[in-house]
Amino acid sequence: MRVTRWLVPTLYIIFLLLPIYWLVNMSFKTTNEILGGFSPWPKNFTIDSYVEILTNPVWYNGYISSISYVLINTVISVAFALPAAYAFSRYRFLGDKHLFFWLLTNRMAPPAVFALPFYQLYSAVGLFDTPWAVALAHCLFNIPLAVWILEGFMSGVPKEIDETAYIDGYSFPRFFVKIFMPLIASGIGVTAFFCFMFSWVELLLAKTLTSVAAKPIAAVMTRTASTSGYELGLLAAAGVLTIIPGAIVIWFVRNYIAKGFALGRV
Amino acid sequence: MTKTWNNRAWFLVLPVLLLVAFNAIIPLMTVVNYSVQETFGNNLFFFEGTKWYEDVLTSDRFHASLFRQFLFTGIILLIEVPLGVAIALTMPRSGPWVSVCLVLMALPLLIPWNVVGAMWNIMALPDIGLLGYGLNALGIPYNFTRQPISAWFTVVLMDVWHWTSLVVLLAYAGLRSIPEAYYQAARIDGASRWSVFRYIQLPKMNRVLTIAILLRFMDSFMIYTEPFVLTGGGPGNATTFLSIDLVKAALGEFNLGIAAAMSIIYFLMTLLVSWIFYTLMTRGEDQ
Repeated sequence: MRVTRWLVPTLYIIFLLLPIYWLVNMSFKTTNEILGGFSPWPKNFTIDSYVEILTNPVWYNGYISSISYVLINTVISVAFALPAAYAFSRYRFLGDKHLFFWLLTNRMAPPAVFALPFYQLYSAVGLFDTPWAVALAHCLFNIPLAVWILEGFMSGVPKEIDETAYIDGYSFPRFFVKIFMPLIASGIGVTAFFCFMFSWVELLLAKTLTSVAAKPIAAVMTRTASTSGYELGLLAAAGVLTIIPGAIVIWFVRNYIAKGFALGRV
Repeated sequence: MTKTWNNRAWFLVLPVLLLVAFNAIIPLMTVVNYSVQETFGNNLFFFEGTKWYEDVLTSDRFHASLFRQFLFTGIILLIEVPLGVAIALTMPRSGPWVSVCLVLMALPLLIPWNVVGAMWNIMALPDIGLLGYGLNALGIPYNFTRQPISAWFTVVLMDVWHWTSLVVLLAYAGLRSIPEAYYQAARIDGASRWSVFRYIQLPKMNRVLTIAILLRFMDSFMIYTEPFVLTGGGPGNATTFLSIDLVKAALGEFNLGIAAAMSIIYFLMTLLVSWIFYTLMTRGEDQ
């Protein structure tokens, strides 16, 4: 019993880290060594792949456009979801349950269903191939998610606080910004993290809605893999660089991540 | 919490409603439109009624990808849920290692889905990948681009790697909400390890496990990027799941009518599941 207590989680973590290790391993190899055959660690250690990515505009622009649409999306999603989540957590109104369910269905809709109509819609309004198109399209699943998580956190704040503030003469906007938002600050942080995450990992819509100017890093990677044959070292280095932002932000939300996945309901 | 009736709350919801409606209703209407029309190019459309729906529902191709989809979803649920619960049960309940465990376990969830596919592709290459080379060195014939069995094994293993942590995190959060007093009472009563699990831990995890199972069901049901990058739906059509098939029909073959009808059927299936999800979750809240 004593042994299994740490053995099972340790084995699982090793299993999780093996493919990541293999990716890092590949990213430090020369193309010759990769094509030469199996080797468990780089024999001719090189950082050429990383240098290529950080100096070639095709590559680093991919990172810039990915990060810009992810940030725009996170800001829009949280800003729009805050008042809506407040309404759902505090009031009953005509059609509230139906509306909530309808929002949820958008989180569950397969992006593949929307790929083609999104392409036509965003071409028609002139946003195609801009970060705004991807940012707005990702709102489809991120806003419902943000409303859900925030509603869970807001329901944990006693209603007496609202009532006391209104008696003290606070208007709704002032109360919301000055008193309520600081109270659910951790909830807002977790929501922002989840919007960041789901926008960061999505590829299908991001790829469909961009062609040259706003091409996300994920699309640059898939195109490299298919056009110039096997540049595995470059591909691996680009992959490693996409893992880093997530690995940094995850440390700050480690104790809340489960609550976020449970949509604020643990 | 008792909520007050106030229809002015609609104003707070309105911005979200407009933005999501722009994203959801206009594209959905486009799809409905295509699904009942025939086109010969030049923007000429003719009303076709339910022809495309009949075509899709009777086509062997759709049945095959639907079957593969359910098989895949079934397999990964059967592996990930018990495995995730088992790992959550053996994780330390407190101490400095908890944070480290949580961060390392959450790592796969934050990797872009195409990188997950590319990573497992590199991992599974028969000549230079750790997994592919290792299996072949052990004498197991393995080539995920040639053998359907190997391709399925790799796709399932990749999904287990990618998403088991979600179940672990949720189950662990449920376990942590159990007060220490429950365990003390069980010890006094001389309860076995199994009855502690069956009568204390499982009921407490009930809610989070419902969420975990349904999230996994729905996300695996719309899986696209990871298998697309890893196997491209092959070898042949062995790993062509619903989304891959749909994108192939819509953007690859530009078969608008068929793709649109497929989208609607696909969407209605997820809608049904969402409704079950919503009912299960809100039932718990009303009590």
